[in-house]
Amino acid sequence: MRILSPFIAVLALIAVALVAAQVPGGQALMGIILPYLAFALFLGGVVYRVVQWAKSPVPFRIPTTCGQANSLPWIKQNKIDCPSTKLGVIARMILEVALFRSLFRNTKAEMYEGPKLVYGSSKFLWLFALLFHYSFLVIVLRHMRLFMDPVPGFVAALEFGDGFLQIGSPVFYQTDALFLGAIAFLFLRRIFLANIRYISLPADYFPLLLIFGIALTGILMRTVFRVDVVAIKQLTHGLATFSPAIAGQIGSIFFIHIFLVCTLLIYFPYSKLMHMAGVFMSPTRNMINNSRMVRHINPWNDPNIKPHSYAAYEDEFREFMKESGIPVEKE
Amino acid sequence: MYGKGRIIPALILFLGLMTAPMWFKSGDVSKLPKPEKPKDYTECVAPTQFMRTAHMQLLNEWRDDILREGGSRTGKTANGTEYVRSLQNGCMKCHSDKKKFCDDCHNYASVKPYCWDCHLQPKEAM
Repeated sequence: MRILSPFIAVLALIAVALVAAQVPGGQALMGIILPYLAFALFLGGVVYRVVQWAKSPVPFRIPTTCGQANSLPWIKQNKIDCPSTKLGVIARMILEVALFRSLFRNTKAEMYEGPKLVYGSSKFLWLFALLFHYSFLVIVLRHMRLFMDPVPGFVAALEFGDGFLQIGSPVFYQTDALFLGAIAFLFLRRIFLANIRYISLPADYFPLLLIFGIALTGILMRTVFRVDVVAIKQLTHGLATFSPAIAGQIGSIFFIHIFLVCTLLIYFPYSKLMHMAGVFMSPTRNMINNSRMVRHINPWNDPNIKPHSYAAYEDEFREFMKESGIPVEKE
Repeated sequence: MYGKGRIIPALILFLGLMTAPMWFKSGDVSKLPKPEKPKDYTECVAPTQFMRTAHMQLLNEWRDDILREGGSRTGKTANGTEYVRSLQNGCMKCHSDKKKFCDDCHNYASVKPYCWDCHLQPKEAM
C-alpha cells in the first residue's frame, strides 16, 4: 500500500531519533552536526534546483489562459487571468503566491444517475491549503525567538496574538490547532476521495505525515513533555551564532522534533515541496500572453538557416513542380 | 541561465531571509540568564529540573485546584516541609525579586506570562 511505506518511514525516523538521543554523542550529532548539514543541504539544494530550472529555455509563450485574451477593442479582456502586460503578470503572480488563486478555481466532478456528469465548485482545498501554509509561516516565524537575542518585536507580537485566548499555561497557540486541522484535512482528502487516492503516491503522503509528526512533537513538547526552554535556546541560539553547546538536560522529545525537522530540510529540495520556489518559476503563470503582439524567436534557432517562404520555395522549384503536375500559384 | 536579472537577486533575497538569525543582531551567546536563587531557603516545592521545565503548569494546577475546585492552600514537599500554594504568598516569599528571578529567563526566552494580568506585581519591580 502506498500509504504504509511513508508511515513506516516516519515511525522509523522517530525511533532512530529516540535511540540516538540516549547514545553518548548522539545528542551532539542530532543537535549540532545534523542541523548544520541539513540547513546547508536545504539552501544548496534549493539554489541548485532553481538554477537548473533557470537553465531550461522556455522558447514558447505557454501561459495558461484562464480568461478572455486581449482582442478587439469592444471585447473585454480579463487582465489578470490572461495578462498581456507586465503589470497584469505581477498582479497574477502576487494573487497566486499569496492567495492561491488557482486553487480557488478548483472544481469537483460527480457522476449521477443518467449517467449525468455534474461539475461543481470546491473551495475546501483552497481554504485548508491557505490555512496550512499561513499557519506554517506563523509557526516558523514564532520559532525565531529561539534563534535571536534580543527577540525582534514582530515575533513577540505574533506570539501574543497567537496565544490571545490564554488557554492553559504555557498558552496554547491557535495556529497549532489550525495547522493540525489543515494537515488532517489535506491527508484525509487523499484517503477518502477515490479519485485523489488513485493519483496519490508515497511522495504525497510522506511530507504530510512528516510535517504532522513535526507539529505533534512540537505541541507535545510545549504541553505534555515539558523541556528546559533556556537550555534549548542556548543550543539553538548557539547554532545561529556558530557556537553551539548542549548544556543542561534536554528531553528526548526535543531531539525527535529536531530530527524530523532536519529530515524535512534535507528532503525539501528533492521533492514536490520545491513548489515553494517553483511557483515563481512556472512559465504557465509568469509569462505575458502577448504572442499575437510580439514575435518571439526561438533562442536556439540556427542563424544560418534563413526563413524560406512558400513564394520563395515555389520560385525555386517551379519548373520541377510543373513537370510533376503539382499546381503552382504563379505561372 | 535565463532571466539572470530576476533570478539571482531573488536567490540572494531567499538566502538572506533564511540566514537572517545568523547575521541580523544575533546577540551574544555567552549572555545567559542567571536567575537569582533565594539565599535563606534551599528547598523548593519540587525538584529543580521539574521547576525549570514545568513551573507554569504547576501554577496553573494550583489555580484550577484552589480557585475552581476548592482545594487546599497548603502543600507538602517531598521532605515534608509545608508551604503555601500561592504565587504571591508562596513562590514570591522565597523568590522575592521578580526582576532578578522571573524576568531573567522569561525575557531571554521571550515569554510574557499572564500571571500579572490579575496578580499585583511586587513593589520593587513596578
